[in-house]
Amino acid sequence: MAKHQIELRVNENTYSRTVDSALNLVDFLRNELGLKGTHIGCEHGVCGACTVLVDQKTVRACLMLAVQAQGMHVQTIESIANADGSLSEIQLKMKEHHGLQCGFCTPGVVMTIKELMAENKGLALSEAQVRTALSGNLCRCTGYQGMVDAALDLINPSLAQ
Amino acid sequence: MKAAHFDYHAPRTLVEALDLLSTLENARVLAGGQSLMPMLNLRLGGFDHLIDLGHVAELSVIEKVSGAYKIGAMVRQREIEKFEGFEKNVPLLYQAIRYVGHQQTRNRGTIGGSICHLDPSAELPLVALTMDARLEVASTRGMRQIEFKDFFSSLLSSVLSPDEILTRIYMPVSHESDCCVFLEFSRRPADFAIASVAVVLRLDEQEKIQHLKIGIGGLGPSAVRLYEFEQKFKGQFWSETMLSELQSHIKTLPGEGDLDNTPEYRNTLAQVLVKRALTKAFQMNKNPLHG
Repeated sequence: MAKHQIELRVNENTYSRTVDSALNLVDFLRNELGLKGTHIGCEHGVCGACTVLVDQKTVRACLMLAVQAQGMHVQTIESIANADGSLSEIQLKMKEHHGLQCGFCTPGVVMTIKELMAENKGLALSEAQVRTALSGNLCRCTGYQGMVDAALDLINPSLAQ
Repeated sequence: MKAAHFDYHAPRTLVEALDLLSTLENARVLAGGQSLMPMLNLRLGGFDHLIDLGHVAELSVIEKVSGAYKIGAMVRQREIEKFEGFEKNVPLLYQAIRYVGHQQTRNRGTIGGSICHLDPSAELPLVALTMDARLEVASTRGMRQIEFKDFFSSLLSSVLSPDEILTRIYMPVSHESDCCVFLEFSRRPADFAIASVAVVLRLDEQEKIQHLKIGIGGLGPSAVRLYEFEQKFKGQFWSETMLSELQSHIKTLPGEGDLDNTPEYRNTLAQVLVKRALTKAFQMNKNPLHG
């Protein structure tokens, strides 16, 4: 089996590891680094549970190889809480709006909302735009309304009811 | 499921990539991985070697050349979505790219990958067909150009030789009076389209049809153009009869069914979408004389 030496930043840490060619990023994060916050759902890019940020952009971690993340900065759900362990703004709003039920899709949803917030700083978004952005994250509890409300409140704080 | 084992190669230049492709046995080129990786994970295909073009910087460039945009095969779909100039100059591509997968897959997915994968319901091959795009492909034997209309060979397969790589897509700039409309129907936003239609329409100063292109996706193994009618309607005023003619023709096109959609359903959707797209194109007629 061909092995590759990779070095990458995950959240605030830099890791050097030797990985197999076929190891995907989500298995690398969970099994090699022990970061079990990112979930594995469908493993073919449909459900969005494994969504992480790679160089500030959301990607399906089941469709990217660990070796492809060489030199990149990966951000996972473990980076979302404040440094002192207290809940960050996204977490507080998800809690306030009941934006999660069983929690399986939540890590992917939160990473998508993080990208949406970063890309639309200062721009108001409509509910339709937020729903489109979140359409790549399936929630089998069907708890979409809560996460849409949380995202709208985060992005358009002054408009929130 | 997990992908079966393969070796991974990350060439830095096109020359290096072409060398690898011509020498390695059972090798496959990896672009954005948004179609190939699911296939590998589902074990629908297996390769001994993947040659990742992600580090070949020369393929990630968009250049304006005479009358066209030269789009590198590795340009990410999300970049196309945001590229300044496409809204005005290639409106069909601008409209269609929003239907391609989700934001998370467009961040990785590439225009070249989508075009080579040739999914029958994919948006980008339909745009390339309707825009009369030209493809530049390379191998260690040299370069050649292929009109997109000659690119398809059979379901999910192109005429590319095993040692060839799609390098650039020449996407013609639309005429400023062209009215371009891309429409598709899917059950949820960003699902695979059940049927899709692309229309480019230009009217002359009398509002006669000067130029018309109609592409339809989702019916057969590849997108199709209605060349016969595009020619036939040239120089004529639009009429309801033309729409009936188009819809009767679409009825005769072979359709593929799947678990959720019968061929008849897809076909009906295509007829409805053609009507909607043409109606919209006529409404947005940008001929300056007629505002």
